[in-house]
Amino acid sequence: MTKEEIISQGTLAYKKPTLLNDTQMHYCPGCSHGVVHKLVAEVIEEMGMEDKALGISPVGCAVFIYKYIDIDWEEAAHGRAPALATAMKRLWNDRLVFTYQGDGDLACIGTGETIHALNRGENITIIFINNAIYGMTGGQMAPTTLMGMKTSTSPFGRDAKLHGYPLHITEIAATLEGTAYVSRQSVESVAAIRKAKKAIRKAFDYSMAGKGSNLVEIVSTCNSGWKMSPEKANEWMKENMFDYYPKGDLKDIGAE
Amino acid sequence: MKEEIIIAGFGGQGVLSMGKILAYSGLMDGKEVTWMPAYGPEQRGGTANVTVIVSDEKISSPILSTYDIAIILNQPSLEKFESKVKPGGILIYDGYGIINPPTRKDIGVYCIDAMDEATEMKNTKAFNMIVLGGLLKIKPMVAIESVLKGLKKTLPVRHHHLIPMNEQAIIRGGEIIRKQ
Amino acid sequence: MEKEVLLMKGNEAIALAAIRYGVDGYFGYPITPQSEILETLTLEKPWETTGMVVLQAESEVASINMVYGGAGTGKKVMTSSSSPGMSLMQEGVSYIAGAELPCLLVNVMRGGPGLGTIQPSQADYFQSVKGGGHGDYRVITLAPNSVQEMADFVKLGFDLAFKYRNPALILSDGVIGQMMEKIVLPEQVKRRTDEEVVKQCPWAATGHTKDRKPNWITSLELSPEEMEKNNIRFQEKYKEIEKNEVLYEEIQCEDADYLIVAFGSMARIGSKAIEIAREQGIKVGLLRPITLWPFPKDIISEYADKVKGMLSLEINAGQMVEDVRLTVNGRIPVEHFGRLGGIVPDPDKVVEALKAKIIQ
Repeated sequence: MTKEEIISQGTLAYKKPTLLNDTQMHYCPGCSHGVVHKLVAEVIEEMGMEDKALGISPVGCAVFIYKYIDIDWEEAAHGRAPALATAMKRLWNDRLVFTYQGDGDLACIGTGETIHALNRGENITIIFINNAIYGMTGGQMAPTTLMGMKTSTSPFGRDAKLHGYPLHITEIAATLEGTAYVSRQSVESVAAIRKAKKAIRKAFDYSMAGKGSNLVEIVSTCNSGWKMSPEKANEWMKENMFDYYPKGDLKDIGAE
Repeated sequence: MKEEIIIAGFGGQGVLSMGKILAYSGLMDGKEVTWMPAYGPEQRGGTANVTVIVSDEKISSPILSTYDIAIILNQPSLEKFESKVKPGGILIYDGYGIINPPTRKDIGVYCIDAMDEATEMKNTKAFNMIVLGGLLKIKPMVAIESVLKGLKKTLPVRHHHLIPMNEQAIIRGGEIIRKQ
Repeated sequence: MEKEVLLMKGNEAIALAAIRYGVDGYFGYPITPQSEILETLTLEKPWETTGMVVLQAESEVASINMVYGGAGTGKKVMTSSSSPGMSLMQEGVSYIAGAELPCLLVNVMRGGPGLGTIQPSQADYFQSVKGGGHGDYRVITLAPNSVQEMADFVKLGFDLAFKYRNPALILSDGVIGQMMEKIVLPEQVKRRTDEEVVKQCPWAATGHTKDRKPNWITSLELSPEEMEKNNIRFQEKYKEIEKNEVLYEEIQCEDADYLIVAFGSMARIGSKAIEIAREQGIKVGLLRPITLWPFPKDIISEYADKVKGMLSLEINAGQMVEDVRLTVNGRIPVEHFGRLGGIVPDPDKVVEALKAKIIQ
């Protein structure tokens, strides 16, 4: 029986977005990336922007996002995605331009590009996956790594004297005059996934309406990097991450 | 015709803009021109100089070892450039800033009290145009009409009312320049 | 109608030529001695006329990555900087070369290393013609020696960049950037419409339409076999460029006993040195590489069989001289003369060096 035959005989209760292709993802089971990819694809489809969306992939686990979502992509140098997005949006004003970046890419090596693109009010959206660790390179400390958290480069736990403090880049973004919508979400439950999708939709809508720049942080798990089962990682995130990174809208010029 | 000129003085004396006006006038006369400044922070307060070449032929190097004409507006510039005037060339200096006047006998040395004159005219901004007037009296390499045409082209319209004053300064420069 | 002859700096000429040539975007960061490029562009406000985007970025790193972003969408985009800023950009240039994108870079060189000096230099020759960043790649390098060529090479640079989908570089210096000369600007060309860009650049990230696969602009390829294939393709392209695009100028070379090889501003000073030397009865010619990469090997090799010696004239400690020597391959003496630290040798000193190092 083919996939089509199975589908034709059943009642469609749920489907993955058309933009999400059948390429097998390289993400670890339990990783948040897959869910967020799906949300991005769904929102683009619902907006009818399939042929107008330009994505910029980062250096990090999501580097290959271009293989999974069937839109046009540029793959940036580490941290520079907001610079690419700036030019692409200014040169193609009617396109939906967004970046998809992790914490190392966005909040460490690319802090400058992130802050300045947001502060200029570029009509773009930054999707920020914060899992408090460098996933792709094997679990090193990130700027968002929690105090006391063990990583391969903070094997005795993050120590303020040695490493400084976790960076709240989303709080910083909310203070910038150029930002229109700044929100922190997560995808640990169905309810949370629905909220995260709404946030992404609002950010994309604001980008297209020319309201300014938008940042949606998704507090995420990295069960491999954290060395936990997916389920445990989800629990650990709820217990530890949300205190440091509280969820909710930090800024919404439409609501003011 | 080919004149290789160095204009040197303090930043703020209008050295670069005088060179620019001269180059622009050459352009108006259909000549080949280059304008090469010693650029950078020197513009502010330190010494400033610019090499201007006006020629009937295509110009090779914009940077030179020796000059046909040196226009010297302060003492350090005199020390630097007096020896670089070609034998038979011309050196024009403003008496105001020079304590030890030039000593060479194999070149034509002219003095122009442009700073004093500008003060008298109650217009220190006319200083460099007085010097230019002096130069054009000694070496009429471009027509004064071309200078005025050039000014009209380069100055913003809101400054066009200053052109008659500039013309007056050029003429006055021609009157007061004297051989040392 | 007769074309209007204007007087302006090399830097201003680049800016105005970019607008006239229908460039879509300029992204840059101020640095002496090239800041007039961004200043002129902002003063001209081309976004109100041609629709060109002009943006002052937060750093050279951001500038080059904006260029990377724009180039990936098929638009004509450029940046400019001076030596320290170009060093910062090299990672981005490597990505652009690796992703095979067209763009125009301008380096108005100043003295280094480090913060160095703001005065003219040609010490970024190696960086420009040998790749500059990481990996096996080449940048088409054009060396203007006049204000007119600064303007003309904007078109030439973009034409070559789009022909080969490869970055092109105008390698200038503080002399050509800061000097004023006569210039005739190109006619105003209309910028391409978005539809024209999509049609001309089917490879670009412009929005995925159903008639083609999604476009991925990337330099990443984790399979060594595939990455080797990519590299071989790049090398074949570079060979093609070396075969087709070499440009040079010969000045009084026909009867020359000696040859000066010089580019950019030093070619101007070298021309004057030739005048002086010939007045003294020394038959010397000047070969000016206009493209530094591809390097005019064939013509230099021909002259190696005709002249008694060559002097490579550069405002650096001897960089291009290595390429001249490689080409000459020991047949005749090849020496270098130049000054360092931002000092530009004057024509008399060039003649002295020619006598001391080559003629003896």
